[in-house]
This record gives sequence, C-alpha cells and structure tokens, in this order.
Amino acid sequence: MIGFALRRLVGFAATLLVAAAVIFLLLDLLPGDPARFVLGINASEASVAALRAQMGLDAPAPERFIRWVIGMAQGDFGLSSTQKVPVAGLIAERMSVTFPLSMLAMVLSVVVGLPIGLLAARRRGKAVDTALMALAQTGIAIPNFWFGMLLTLVFAVGLRWLPPGGFTPWGENPGAALRALILPGLALALPQASILARVMRTALVDVAEQDFIRTARAKGMTRDEALWRHGVRNALLPVLTILGLQFAYLIAGTIIVENVFYLPGLGRLIFTAISERDLVLVRGATIVLVVVVTATMLLVDLTYALVDPRLRREAP
Amino acid sequence: MSLARSLALAMAGLVLATGAALAQPTEIRIGVALEPPALDPTAGAAEAIDVVVYQNVFEGLTRIDETGAVQPGLAESWTVSADGLTYRFKLHDGVRFHDGTGFDAEDVKFSFERILAEDSVNAQKALYAPIEAVEVIDPLTVEIKLSRPDGLFLFNLGRGDAVIVAPESADNNANEPIGTGPFAFVQWDRGSRVILERYEPYWGDKPALTKATYVFISDTATMTNALLAGDIDGTNNFAPEALAVFEGNPQFKVLVGSTEGETILATNNRKAPFDQLKVRQAMAHALNRSEIIEGATYGYGVPIGTHFAPHHPYYLDLTDTYPFDPDAARALLAEAGFPNGFSATLKLPPVAYARLSGQIIASEFATVGIKLELINMEWAQWLEDVLTNKDFDLTIVSHVEPFDIGIYADPNYYFGYDNPEVQALNEQLNASIDDGERKTLAQEIETIIAKDAVNGYLFELAQTGVWNARLTGMWQNAPIEGVVLRDIHWVD
Amino acid sequence: MNARRLLAHPSLTIGIAASLLLALLGLISLVWTPYPIEQVQIARRFADPGLAHWLGTDHLGRDMLSLIMSGTLTSFTVALLAVLIGIGIGVPMGLAAAAWGGAVEWLVLRISDLTFAFPAVIVAILVTTLIGPGEANAVLAIGIFNIPVFARVARGGALSIATQDYVAAARLAGLGNAAIAWRHLLPNIMSLIIVQGTIQLSLGILAEAGLSYIGLGTQPPATSLGLMLRDAQSLFLIHPWLSIAPGVTIVLIVIALNIAGDGLRDALDPRLRRQELGHAAG
Repeated sequence: MIGFALRRLVGFAATLLVAAAVIFLLLDLLPGDPARFVLGINASEASVAALRAQMGLDAPAPERFIRWVIGMAQGDFGLSSTQKVPVAGLIAERMSVTFPLSMLAMVLSVVVGLPIGLLAARRRGKAVDTALMALAQTGIAIPNFWFGMLLTLVFAVGLRWLPPGGFTPWGENPGAALRALILPGLALALPQASILARVMRTALVDVAEQDFIRTARAKGMTRDEALWRHGVRNALLPVLTILGLQFAYLIAGTIIVENVFYLPGLGRLIFTAISERDLVLVRGATIVLVVVVTATMLLVDLTYALVDPRLRREAP
Repeated sequence: MSLARSLALAMAGLVLATGAALAQPTEIRIGVALEPPALDPTAGAAEAIDVVVYQNVFEGLTRIDETGAVQPGLAESWTVSADGLTYRFKLHDGVRFHDGTGFDAEDVKFSFERILAEDSVNAQKALYAPIEAVEVIDPLTVEIKLSRPDGLFLFNLGRGDAVIVAPESADNNANEPIGTGPFAFVQWDRGSRVILERYEPYWGDKPALTKATYVFISDTATMTNALLAGDIDGTNNFAPEALAVFEGNPQFKVLVGSTEGETILATNNRKAPFDQLKVRQAMAHALNRSEIIEGATYGYGVPIGTHFAPHHPYYLDLTDTYPFDPDAARALLAEAGFPNGFSATLKLPPVAYARLSGQIIASEFATVGIKLELINMEWAQWLEDVLTNKDFDLTIVSHVEPFDIGIYADPNYYFGYDNPEVQALNEQLNASIDDGERKTLAQEIETIIAKDAVNGYLFELAQTGVWNARLTGMWQNAPIEGVVLRDIHWVD
Repeated sequence: MNARRLLAHPSLTIGIAASLLLALLGLISLVWTPYPIEQVQIARRFADPGLAHWLGTDHLGRDMLSLIMSGTLTSFTVALLAVLIGIGIGVPMGLAAAAWGGAVEWLVLRISDLTFAFPAVIVAILVTTLIGPGEANAVLAIGIFNIPVFARVARGGALSIATQDYVAAARLAGLGNAAIAWRHLLPNIMSLIIVQGTIQLSLGILAEAGLSYIGLGTQPPATSLGLMLRDAQSLFLIHPWLSIAPGVTIVLIVIALNIAGDGLRDALDPRLRRQELGHAAG
C-alpha cells in the first residue's frame, strides 16, 4: 500500500508540473495585449508601452515560467494585472463561494439521489421504479442553466422565498450566504442526483442477484434486510467513486450556474480574467483548479485502493 | 386594561412609529452589467469605472450636468483670458478628501502633471495635451496655461479622466478610490459588488442617499429576475429586448434617454475595395437603417446620418444622403467593377447591439451581392486586430466619447480616413471658442464625412434604464459615462 | 450479437428509433430547410406558430423549424466528432496501457489524469481565445475531455479480458503486444466502447449547449440548440416559446440517446453492466 501511495504521489507531482507548463505555454500564445485592454480605444502607443513595462511583459519566457513556479511554491501567485491585488487573495475569496457551493450540490445530490435509487431498486420492475427512473432520465437531460432559470422564476421571483442570486460574504451574514447557495446548489445537483439514482439502482439490482444475498436470505433475513446489510454496502463502492469524480467536476464546472445566479465564484473569475487578458490571474486560478481536481482524484484512487486491495495495481 | 397590556400597546406604538420613520429608505442597490477592472478613472478607459465613481467618489474642476452642460465643480468660478490661453480657477474652501486630508491647488497641479507625465497611463492623455503649465497662485487659486485655444477645454475638465486626486492616495486609487465626492468608497467584493456610503463632511449639498451598492450582473435574464424579485432597485442601462417586461408594470419606471454613443459600421478606408467612394456609397444604399434599429435596439436607437449625436445643437440631419435603395447599391457596385458583388469579413465585438446589427446587415448586404463573413471576437482580440493592427474589413462599434468628430481628422485612426480638408476644418474647430463659429465648422465636417460615406452611420444608442417606480432623480440621458447618485432619492 | 436479441429489448428499440429520427431531422437540414436560416426578416419576428411558420419565428424573424433542424444537426455533429476524437485517441491509449503495462501504462494514466484535470470549460475558453469561437472549439474542447474517458474504459475492459486463457494462448503462440491488442482485445471491448459512446454523445450534446450558452460554441449565422437557448434566455418572460422549443429538443435527444445506451448495454452483454460499474466508478 505504501509503495502504491508513493508511486501515486510521484505521479501527482509530475502531472502538476506538466499542467503548469501547459498552462503557461498556452497563455503565452494568447493574442491580445493586456496593456492595450486596460487602456482602451483612445489610448496612445506611449501609454500602452509604459503599462507593458510596468506589467513586466517583456522578459523572456523560461525566466518568467521559473519565477512563476518558484513564487507559487511560496504561496505567491503574483499580482493581478487588471486588479492590482494579489492573485492568491482573489482566488481564496472566490473559493469561499465555489467550494461550499460544490459541497452543497454534492450533499443535495446524495440526499436526493441515493434514496431514490434505493426505492427504485426495492420496487424494481414495478410502476414506481419505471416512474423514478424516467424522472432520473429527464433530470440528466435538462441543461442545468435552464433548470436554474426555472428555479429562480419560481422560488425567487414568484414566491420570493430565496434570493435570485448574488452573494453576501460569510463573514457578513452566514445565513444569507447559505440561502444564496441553495438555488444554485439545486441546479447543479439535479443532473448529479439523477446519475446517482441510476447508478445506485443498477448497483443494488446487480448485487441483489448475487450469491451472498441469497445466502443471507437463506439465513432468514427479509429481502429488504439482506439488501440493506449486504447490498448497499457493496453497492456503495462505485457510488463513492462517482461522488469523488463528481466533486472534481463540480468545482470546475460551476461557471455557467455562477453566471445565472451572479455568484462571485472561481469559474466566473477565470472567464472574466481571460477576456481581460489578465494572464497572471488566469494562470493562478487555473493551476489552483487543476490542483484541486487532481488531488481529489488522487484521494479517490487511494481510498479505492485502500478499500479494495485488488485494485492496487492502479485503479482503472 | 391591565398594566401589561397598556405597556405592550405602548411598545407596539413606539415600534410602529420608529418603523414608520425608518420606512423612508435611503439606500439603493443598482445593477450594473459590467464590472470595472479597477476603480481609478484616470488610469483606465472602461466605462464601468465611471459608472461607479464619476461624480460619486471623484470630482473634477468642472462637472457635466444631465444636459451635457459644464457646471462648476471643485472650481467655484473661473476667468478666461482674452486670447483664450489662460484659465484662472477659484477653488472651493473646506474641501476634504475621504481620508481626511485637505484639498487645495497643489492637488490640482499634481493631478494634471500626473495626467501629462511621460509614464502616464491616462487613457485620454491626448485631450489634455494643450495644457502647457499648471501654476499654484495660492491654496485656493490655480492657473492653467494652454499652448493654443481649446473650445472643449472646460468640458474636458469635467470628464472622469480629469478628476482631482491626492498625492497621498493616488497610487492606490485603483483598489481604494479616495476622492472629494459626496460618497466615500467602503468596500469592493470583487465579482460581486461595490459599496459606497455618504461622506458626511462633504463640502457641498448632501445627497439624500446614505448608501449605494453597485451589484454586478452580466446576464440580462438574471438582471430581469433580480429586478422583479426586488434584489436590486434599478439599472441605468437595461437590454432593450426585455424592456417589455417592465413597461406595463406599475412597480417600475422605464427611462429612455440619449447617450453619446454613435454606432457605426466602421469601414477600412485604406483597404480595397473600400478605398473606392462608389463602393462605400453602395454599402450606404444597402443599409436599411430602420430594420437595423428595430432589430438590434427594438426601436430605441435614433437614426444618424453622420458621426454626431442627434440631441446635440450642432447636429445636422443627413440621414437622407444615401437612402435605402438596393437597386442603386447594385448599380454603383457594377460601376465600381463589382457586378457580382464581393466578399468581406465583419468583425464583431462582444456587445449585443453589434452582434445583432451584424447579422441583420449581413442579410441586407447579401441581397445586393456583398457576402459578409461574421467573425465574433472578445474585446481584447478586437482591440488588437481592429484598433492596433488595423487588420479588418468592416466592424461595428459604438463610439461613446462626447463630441468625438475629431477622430475623422486623424489619418492614423483605425478606419484610415485621410482628408486634408477635414483636417484643416477640425483644427479650426478645436481652436475656436465662439459657439456660432463652432457650429458652422462642425456641420461642415459632418456633411463632408456623410457625403464621403466614410463609415456606415447606423444609430445613436439610447439609454434605457429600469428603476423602481418610487425612485426619482436618476439621469434620463447619458451625456457622459457615469451613474450620478447626487439627486437620486426615494419618494412615497 | 444478433438482430432478434436486439429487438427483444423494447427500450433499445425505442431509444435507437428516437435518436435516429432526431438525427434524421438534423440531416435533412443539410439539403433543405423550410427557410434559409441566415435570412433575417425583422418585420416577421416573433410570429406565433402558424401555417407560414410551423414553429413561429425568432427575434430576427428567422423560421424556428429551420433553426431547430439546423441546430439539431450542429449539436449532433459537434457531439459525434468529439466522441470520435475521444475514441480515436483514447481507445488506442487505453489498449496500449493494458497490453504493454509498465511505463507505457504509467504514461497513459498520467496523460489521462492531466486531461481530466483541465476543466472542460477552461479548455474551451482557452481554445476559443486562441483560435476564435466556433463549432471547431466546442469539438476540440469536448473531444479532449472525452479522451481520458475512453482510455479508462478501454483499459478497464482490456484488463479484465487480458487475463483470459485465449490471450495467454496467443502470447504463447508468439503474438506481440500490438497484435494481441488489435486482434483479441479490441473486438472484445467494442461493445463497451459503443455503450460509452452513446453516453458521451448525450453528454456532448449537453456540453455543446453549455458552451454555446456562454458564447464559446457555435457562432451566428450558424445555429445550434445551445445558441438558440442563449438568444432566447433574456426574452423568456415575454416569448417563452423561443426558449422552450430548443430546450425540449435537447431533453428529447439526450433522453433518446441515454435510453439507447442503456438498451445497448442490456442487450449486448449482461456482464457489461458489472464491468460498467467498475469503470463508471473509476
């Protein structure tokens, strides 16, 4: 196990370094002058040149890459070109929205998806099962930004139970902050809950046909008891792995929902930063995302291997 | 009645009374589509910066009022020498910056030297080039000497690019703007909102609002929901396509006003076939202005026949110079050597009016044989391709600077129009400070550039604001970029 | 795999039939649409569904039925090309990892991690900023994201087969890794690939909608279902139909594809479901 873990960690570090290089190279290729963008249509060549020098855009590439990597190792992600504040601070601010949002979406998807899957499996073949699975099919098929709009119209504009968007910082009003995340969390959770329901059902149905369930029933347990004590635990493994992947996907994929609910999240930060050619910010934010996603997958692999020694060859 | 009940009633009465007194709100939440990249209007061109801080946090020597006229600002009065080269300003007394430091003539000198410095990052530095020297006569008097007379000088002093800043705080204005205005900056939650609060020691008339929050919402549908749910109280410029939601609604008022934005189909005059007058005339005949205005601005745009704002006293209605006539267009193209039309690209920046106009124009041009390829790009790309490298055929953009007809006198400007006659007229215009003379010169230029069909003159952008019906004091027109909070207040 | 067994699964039949029908709707638009989609007619905008325009017209007076047909084609094309990229690059990668093992496998897994780690939206944004927005970027971004998915599926599937006797026999007979991968591993994982393909196809349709919604995918005058949703979003309260039509179309296509995928999985090999779980998980 230790050997496996070490090998994965080395792989993790290698992936990160390559990712950093890729990000750096790609962004260097971006057309569009950041200095010109800040100063606008009527600015003179001299002003633009002055700002370019100020922004340090004229040093050679390898030098800038090394400076960047070393800086990051020390927690310094540089100064945003357009906003003149440390990138690390900006990212932390935005993470305080995106991270809880992803967690909330995951919790909601589990709370809604797993019981539905369980119910469908228990009643498999009956009308309830078909209805629930049809619901799940639809849930996967609805674009989450569309669903978000619908939620806003009903709960925010119509009923006024929840805010239509925006975000108050946690420090200012934690209750309001949480309320602001509910509708976007639901929008994100819908497809995930539907997937979980289907996976849970399939896993349980599969497990139910296996020998050890029949043994348990032979020992006198009812079908439900057997399903719960043996089935669910075994079905949870693929479900757990999906959850891990979902989290990684959520963190990175929230930008569209952030737009719909005007949340100051990480996705929107990157989007705006790229349109404004704020290369320092884009680099920093992207690498943070990459780290979070890769780390999550690392954890998933390690947990999987811990639980099932057969998979230590390297989880597929 | 028992004592307890009387007390309870008294308490209830007290709560109700204070509640009623507090019911007159003094705070406002304003929705804004674009978040500014920074908050220093003297170091960046984004209109979004002025929307938040112009005349709210910062002030200049003069200020522009809702009609576009020049009013006294930090300067309570001024005199101009007979030759128009020396301006002496008398400054208000007792003015403080928001960090407590005092304001005096030294700050004025500092602000202008900063604009004109070698390494200045002021986006409109060229406008202030005529300034030769700024002299402090005494703490409340400052004299500015120009190298030549400038008819727009006082107006230019009132722009966001020339607001007065303090040497103690200027360097950090991008993040923490410190000005002399009626509102002080409180905080900026990036990606989310900017909060301003009334500055109690303000030197002038105190505004009615005590707190203003600018909330950044880029998506129209989202902004609609935010307005309907009451999460924001209004927005100064709402997308015209969804105005119908608010027009019949008694809880809202829709304010339709003018802006300084001339929207044009900019043509690269240097590049064939656009260097031929007949080709440009053909394109002008192929444009169906009313269809474009209806489709792109839902009828709120105002047609223009030249590069000038229709609401301006100097405007000349030249919309009939080349009326919509596809047959005439085809004939002119044939005469110019393109009987089967030609192909060209149309580069479009990321604004709704440009993207929509682009599609409509492409369809209109197709009927006369001009095949347009639409290329959508982000602002950064557009600035590089079109503005800097002049690598384009056609593009659509709105020029929002007030009184910017002078761009037609710059042969190096992106559309490359080089007419010595216009250049000479423009020089005279800049130097003149007589209103009648300026009007004549301006109209001469307007006529020439219309006849030469330099660009396709489409429409003047309207400002379509949506506000809570109980608000009043908002500017209906936008003679200059900004959302001025000074007169806004709630009524019952 | 035989036709009778396929037809015995109703969900499969329904799913495939529905998907083909919708794809056909899109294909027809290649040669004919009721009206040309570039034709802007402001005077006829926001028309209600009627005889002249069966599904009405949009904010530029363009015929909605023509737009839906053309949009369906675009969505399908983008998603299909992205799947082909995923299969074309991902499957050989996965097979190589399974057949060679060792350093090759390590490399494949790291590349896989790397591609997985790059949020698809970010890739799309970067590609767009480099080469401009358009369908090509959507294809590229979604395709890149499909590669590690197919690599994992191919590898997982191949690994579970590679232990079997006939592979051992092939090795004894002197066949090299490449030949084994080609002749034995590949045919046996085909069913897995097909099933995953339908899933990624439906995900691709949703991803294209999302990318077009934020302005990075299809550009006018071309159209796609996602772009139609984007254009109609701000008008939702005034002209809801403009948003409902493309939205419902997306939902129908995705459901059809998913049902087809489920049906395929059930019909091709019940064993697959168990393997599927393993891969869906990892």
